[in-house]
Amino acid sequence: MSLLEVKDLSIHFGGVKAVQNVSFTIDAGIVYSVIGPNGAGKTTLFNLITGVYKPTSGEIRLDGESIGGKSPDELARRGVARTFQNLQICMNMSAIENVMVGAHLRLDRNLIKAALRLPGLTRRDAELRGEAAELMRFVGLDKYINARADSMPYGALKRLEIARALAMKPRLIFLDEPAAGLNPKETIEVDELIRKVADSGITVVLVEHDMKMVMNLSDRILVLDYGKKLAEGSGEEVRKNPDVIAAYLGAHA
Amino acid sequence: MQKRAYYGLYIVIAILAVLPMVLPNSFYLDLAIRMAINAVIVLGLNLLIGFAGQISLGHAGFLGIGAYASAVLPTHFGWHPLLAMVAGAVATGLLAALVARPIFKLKGNYLAMATLGLGIILNIALRNEATWTGGPDGMPVPAFGLFGFELSNDKQWYWVVAILLTVSVWASLNLIDSPFGRALRALHGSEVASRVVGVDVVRYKVAIFVLSAVFASLMGSVTAHYVGFVTPNLADFFHSIELVTMVVIGGMASVYGSLVGAVLLTALPQALATFEGWETVVFGAILMICMIFLPKGLVPTLAAKFDKGDQA
Ligand SMILES: Nc1ncnc2c1ncn2[C@@H]1O[C@H](COP(=O)(O)OP(=O)(O)OP(=O)(O)O)[C@@H](O)[C@H]1O
Ligand SMILES: [Mg+2]
Repeated sequence: MSLLEVKDLSIHFGGVKAVQNVSFTIDAGIVYSVIGPNGAGKTTLFNLITGVYKPTSGEIRLDGESIGGKSPDELARRGVARTFQNLQICMNMSAIENVMVGAHLRLDRNLIKAALRLPGLTRRDAELRGEAAELMRFVGLDKYINARADSMPYGALKRLEIARALAMKPRLIFLDEPAAGLNPKETIEVDELIRKVADSGITVVLVEHDMKMVMNLSDRILVLDYGKKLAEGSGEEVRKNPDVIAAYLGAHA
Repeated sequence: MQKRAYYGLYIVIAILAVLPMVLPNSFYLDLAIRMAINAVIVLGLNLLIGFAGQISLGHAGFLGIGAYASAVLPTHFGWHPLLAMVAGAVATGLLAALVARPIFKLKGNYLAMATLGLGIILNIALRNEATWTGGPDGMPVPAFGLFGFELSNDKQWYWVVAILLTVSVWASLNLIDSPFGRALRALHGSEVASRVVGVDVVRYKVAIFVLSAVFASLMGSVTAHYVGFVTPNLADFFHSIELVTMVVIGGMASVYGSLVGAVLLTALPQALATFEGWETVVFGAILMICMIFLPKGLVPTLAAKFDKGDQA
């Protein structure tokens, strides 16, 4: 059975059919990319699967369980993590605290125990701080372990989002344009980072406009255009697909 | 790093310990007590406004529930003051939860409007239920006693309030630097990001709103017993605004800012008494100037000047 199954998924915003009857499946352990021109519905698809939007119709199954319409926190409990195309960093917190928030569900969130600073809780928090620092090193943010989020450059914040998502210890991670706005060197580093994440056993779903990166990383690719599935297959298959070539030439001409 | 935030607590303890010895007379002792009471309320309110990013314009209403529970229940029903205080806090907590839950489920920030309305309703109720509350004239409050010991003079009150304040500062610092507190700050920083990592934002907003309302209620009871008299003014809209102003002037999301805001704005009306009739205007002007030049509030602005590293 596939890890994620999406069937006839649609969402309409008034008259805008942002995603229309899209179906695909993702097997555990692969890197699956979603590509398509601007406005194709890629981010909307992520929002649907991670519970930020509720589908107008269609089905989403995670490990066979129907998750369509469940809230983001319920999905987080099921091991679904994501990053955002438009950065969603908590600028009112330090960098490492942003990562620590990712571990929210793995911690004792009791208010009374927290207010009384019970030793068990502080011990766990100290451990977590160590884990978070380790994750920051893993994504290449060694320099920023003691930084405030609002003092970090854009490229670093992109990675901070990945570190926060990894702190959830997810099974499935959705990365929405992790290399957007990065310079070529940073892009290569993020490419390598995603490889490492995938190698650690996490299933990766990637939206990215950098075709070199997509072709390099992906086991399978889904192409969206105007909210519809245009093609799906391996990099080779997709690249040769005449519809895809037409859509991309049309979009970029 | 976080350890440093606790150094301020020692300073607070030191000031509180030395203060009664240096205060020249009972006028200042009374002022110090009222400052400390306000500081505890503002600490709770800052958790809601500064840390969680939710605005309440009706907190004086909760203060009023506590104050009147401590006045009415012992006077008319012979309840023990401690029991009355707890009953007021429980009632406040329930009311706050009842109001907040549906509001936080709505998209958008409606809490300000809802609490504004709630505060006004509570105030009207206190004014109109004259048989129980004494109406606009207010009513006397019996003294607070426990285990045969009665709080009778200001020195005793001072130490009680000083301990309450110290514990509140400590608990606030603890809370902020905990999984619960990080979730609160995260939903303020980015609601969608916090939801995606698993924060049930409605639950957290309700929890912190209830907590801050209960803080206000308990301190309402303390105020009532300390002053020995309650009037509906304690629960009116202007008092709610005053409390929010203390948060904003001292500094949003700053524990020590809450203290500074409470101290300054409790003292300011006294200092302005010489302006005869123009106090409110001068008060307003000072607030406006503060907001223009120190939009983040006093403590965070000063802290940023001295250090570019971590914030408390
Ligand atoms: N909340 C919303 N309300 C109304 N329309 C929306 C909403 N979210 C997305 N859309 C619309 O859905 C369409 C798809 O947008 P989406 O952001 O998913 O595109 P995308 O493929 O991620 O594009 P890009 O490559 O630019 O990020 C667009 O026409 C967009 O305006
Ligand atoms: Mg997008």
